[in-house]
Amino acid sequence: MTDPTALQLPTHTAGIQQVPSNVTSVQPVLELQALDISLPRGSDRAHAVAQVSLTVNPGEIVCLVGESGSGKSAIAHTVMGLQAKALVPTAGKILLQGEDVLTMAPARLRQLRCTTMSMIFQEPMTALNPVFSCGEQIDEVLRTHTALTASERQQRVLDMIQQVGLPDPLRMLRSYPHQLSGGQRQRIMIAMALVLEPLLLIADEPTTALDVTTQAQILALIRTLQREHGTGVLFITHDFGVVAEIADRVAVLRQGELVEFGQKQQVLEYPEHPYTQMLIGAVPSMTPRVREASARGEVILRTERLVKTYPNSRTPAVNQVALELRRGETLGIVGESGSGKSTVARCVAKLITTTSGSIFQHGQDIAPLSNRQMRPLRKCVQIVFQDPYRSLNPRRTVGDSIIEGPMNYGATRQEAWKHASELMELVRLEPTMLQRFPHEFSGGQRQRICIARSLAMKPEILIADEAVSALDVSVQAQVLGLLDEVREQLNLAMLFITHDLRVAAQVCDRVAVMSKGEIVETGRTADIFLAPAHAYTQTLFAAAPGRDWLFEAGRARLKKKGDSYQAESVSPK
Amino acid sequence: MFRYISKRVFATVPVMAIVVVLVFLMLRLSAADPAAIIAGDNATTEEIQDIRVKLGLDQPVLVQFGVWLTKVSTGNLGESFFFKKQVSELILDRLEPTLSLALCTIILSVMIAVPLGVLAAYYTGTWIDRLVMGLAVLGFSIPVFVVGYLLMYVFSIELSWLPVQGYQRLSEGFWGWLQKLLLPCFALSAVYCALIARITRTSVQEVLGEDYIRTAHAKGLTNKIVLMRHALRNAAVPIVTVIGIGIALLIGGVVVTESVFSIPGLGRLTVDAVLARDFPTVQALVLLFSLTSVMVNLLIDLSYTLFDPRIRY
Amino acid sequence: MNAFTESSGRVTLWRTLLRSPSVMIGAAILLCVLFIGLAAPFLHTMSPDKINPSVRNKLPGYESTLRDDEGNKIQFVHLMGTDSLGRDIYSRVVFGARVSLLIGATVAVMSAFIGLILGLLAGYFRWLDAIVMRVMDGLMAIPAILLALSMVALLNAGLSTVILAIVITEIPRVVRLVRSVVLSVREEPYVEAAISVGTPTPVLLVRHILPNTIAPLIVQTTYIAAHAILVEAVLSFLGVGISPETPTWGNIMAEGRAMFVMLPHNIFFPGLFLAVTVLAVNLFGDGLRDLLDPRMRKRL
Repeated sequence: MTDPTALQLPTHTAGIQQVPSNVTSVQPVLELQALDISLPRGSDRAHAVAQVSLTVNPGEIVCLVGESGSGKSAIAHTVMGLQAKALVPTAGKILLQGEDVLTMAPARLRQLRCTTMSMIFQEPMTALNPVFSCGEQIDEVLRTHTALTASERQQRVLDMIQQVGLPDPLRMLRSYPHQLSGGQRQRIMIAMALVLEPLLLIADEPTTALDVTTQAQILALIRTLQREHGTGVLFITHDFGVVAEIADRVAVLRQGELVEFGQKQQVLEYPEHPYTQMLIGAVPSMTPRVREASARGEVILRTERLVKTYPNSRTPAVNQVALELRRGETLGIVGESGSGKSTVARCVAKLITTTSGSIFQHGQDIAPLSNRQMRPLRKCVQIVFQDPYRSLNPRRTVGDSIIEGPMNYGATRQEAWKHASELMELVRLEPTMLQRFPHEFSGGQRQRICIARSLAMKPEILIADEAVSALDVSVQAQVLGLLDEVREQLNLAMLFITHDLRVAAQVCDRVAVMSKGEIVETGRTADIFLAPAHAYTQTLFAAAPGRDWLFEAGRARLKKKGDSYQAESVSPK
Repeated sequence: MFRYISKRVFATVPVMAIVVVLVFLMLRLSAADPAAIIAGDNATTEEIQDIRVKLGLDQPVLVQFGVWLTKVSTGNLGESFFFKKQVSELILDRLEPTLSLALCTIILSVMIAVPLGVLAAYYTGTWIDRLVMGLAVLGFSIPVFVVGYLLMYVFSIELSWLPVQGYQRLSEGFWGWLQKLLLPCFALSAVYCALIARITRTSVQEVLGEDYIRTAHAKGLTNKIVLMRHALRNAAVPIVTVIGIGIALLIGGVVVTESVFSIPGLGRLTVDAVLARDFPTVQALVLLFSLTSVMVNLLIDLSYTLFDPRIRY
Repeated sequence: MNAFTESSGRVTLWRTLLRSPSVMIGAAILLCVLFIGLAAPFLHTMSPDKINPSVRNKLPGYESTLRDDEGNKIQFVHLMGTDSLGRDIYSRVVFGARVSLLIGATVAVMSAFIGLILGLLAGYFRWLDAIVMRVMDGLMAIPAILLALSMVALLNAGLSTVILAIVITEIPRVVRLVRSVVLSVREEPYVEAAISVGTPTPVLLVRHILPNTIAPLIVQTTYIAAHAILVEAVLSFLGVGISPETPTWGNIMAEGRAMFVMLPHNIFFPGLFLAVTVLAVNLFGDGLRDLLDPRMRKRL
């Protein structure tokens, strides 16, 4: 049944991870007792972490979940003693096997690192020293903490490299970090962390920066190794899909406070605290919504054999891509990093030149047009970018940024400002805020302002290039809702670029799956999610964390055998 | 790696070409008439014209350029108006003092400045940092010749520990050579040290903020090992770069220092030639110094392969 | 986030400047020097080029008898002694401040302006970049002093020549700096957004890209001013700068070389003023740089 050339992923036994039954009689590996970490004066709150108590038992995975600014990273770093100078633990204890990390001597803390507790970090691309080979970096751990001879160390290192699933260990030993992919580097980091079999592994969002398929492999690896060695894991994440996938127990943090802590199934299925309920409710379901294709509009945008090759590379970033976008519908382009989806967006918006192929906008081929020729046509396609913190000029007021477009095309300042005020209301922000500067707004608000800016041009096509990827899940839900409303009201066509399958399921009518510059599959969202045809699409879906769980109505539960895949039908309002 | 090397080497070609053109143009655009200078004050117009023809100055500019270029590439740098000798001879004569001064200064500066910069970065914000940076700003600000005269006054005149001026050839004895070089080297290295110390500090500071340093700490390494083993090698590239860029500064300083301490080197020769309007010599010297600067920077670029495996593979 | 992006403009800017000791000390010293230069005729000075062979080579503190404009005899104390032609060194040093400051300011402003335009264009238009940067690299390869030396010697020494020579040597570094800022800003999403709403290129450059260059440019300008003052001093010291009728700290020292062993004050007084002034400018620049954007440290 399965394609032999597809990635081999371990099959899951859907069910709660079996926690050893004698766990309560054994001392927890890690225990936080009423931990307080304060922030410097002038920060928006007094404590990064306030009165947090939790435990991690041997052999179990505790997921620490929270949005940005919840303090989860602060806890992780403070346990290892690596916190920034600005974060000061002021009260409470961090007991590692009974020893308080906060009061121990620095030399003892150094001794414990990598031998009793280890940490892996979020960005594998920068976490390894670029001038030393991978083998040297793993070897350093052994050199520092053991008295093994050189050949014994090398044996250990090779063994560990093999355990983390890297082929050709001898070559890996000698290679440098820049020669490896993100996933491979993360495996080297895991090898470094686990080579001395510590009792506690702290994982600070280790898969957030990785592709979905790589993420699945790394998660599986961590779970396998953890089970083999009986390591306790404190896993920091913001993704409930990951929680559903690997956690034994779950701790939910909000603004530095622990609001819920319990067994995974309990917390996911019957969350008690309203914040937890809100968070789980904000996770988009993998079950696609189907909008009735009532008024199927005409084709506004079409690409034919679109190719884009960047000057310094030999392989095209976008290869023979053909898309069709109709008025009133949302087309999603789904793919991992390097698939070319963002490049397609930029080509369609004429932010970069195409190498060959055509882009038909209202029937006219805009691909060969120069910048000057494009000016009158730019209004039709507008784009919302990924990073809300860099999408607005920090030196200009928000209002100035919004009216810039209309004024380029002859509107007077008054007219444009009035229009901007209306748009601010549309995106649910006060028109008086137009006078403020971007740094006075949160990420979600800034993204809404960017949407307002795009709408100021009265476009017919709106491109959202990973527009919600950088936002917290609760904010993400709001912005997605807004985009949907806007599209509905103004009868826009939307091109939605994303790597997140859940978001695509909720937002897109049709989906095109891209891999390595080519579209491998296109069709209605419901059809593709129900029965992906292409091998790559199947792999993509198989790798999505928490896909065995049903996220709906504010809670998450395991899908049972009888759960028929009912795509909900939503009629247009 | 081979691609990197060849790319860097080829990149210097247009730069050198531009240098050559600029040097040539510099003199041709000058207000003075070389022929008149050679002929002397009492020459008649015909005599001046004769000399002009003899020197080939009546030819169109492009032809002159071609002629000059061919001569230079075969080592014929012309004849000095002033000294009445072959320029190449003049240069070879004065090469040793300048080379000694420059090399000793570079070695001295690097040996002093790099450790100071590292210390300042490691103890950022403390009095050590402020002291080193304070000294650096001073070194930057006090002109070379003032430092030179200060040192001369204190060590040669008041204390009589070291000779006041002059240069002794290496062949005439090592100690004498070293003694006479000591003050000029210290004077010259003041500004070079300041530059290197500042960049070292910035570079090390930046590296210490990188993620892999946090990883190194997470492995249980001591602060010293993290600094010496992990941080320094990554900080090397900008430090080495500034040593290369500083060569241009160094050459300027050499000119002044040789003047102050009466060292018969290429710097002094340049000044004398400029004052005497000795075009061939000035031209040759500027060309020589510029090409040296380009070559040194090329070598520095190539040395990156030693420090950064990302370039090697 | 830096001083320039906060919305309440002026008040915040002043307060930030006041926080930095480097900026305050540097500015204070500079203002003193500026005052000295401007108020030169009123600070117990005599005419700086008045030759008086009978009082030459005197040590500081020497009192000489002069006749003033009405022919009366007055006693005059030479605070810094006299040089080999009997001119009062103190007066020459005080008047010398004028030239040094003038050169520093003029060179800084001119190179900043030209460098800004070149850097903006080179950074934004790729085809222009290759040509401009090659020429800049070539210029930077020729050591600044040598270039200035050659130019000044060959084009007749004088104030404007000196200024022109130094400007040419300082432009490449400004171009490099501005260009690197432009290259990084060009990739920012808000610039792409401006392109997508149809902002024409010149407006784009001035409205979105230029403001990012101002802060590092200002800091670099102070360093250029310091360097220009130094280079002028060197040129004059070597005898190819401004001729001695107009005193500059450099040529005062040049004239004092011969008698240095006996009369070190000839060199040390102007040298002190020179060092202190350049130090002040550098301190000011450093302080400014630390305030405006810590990230600038790696570029400057």
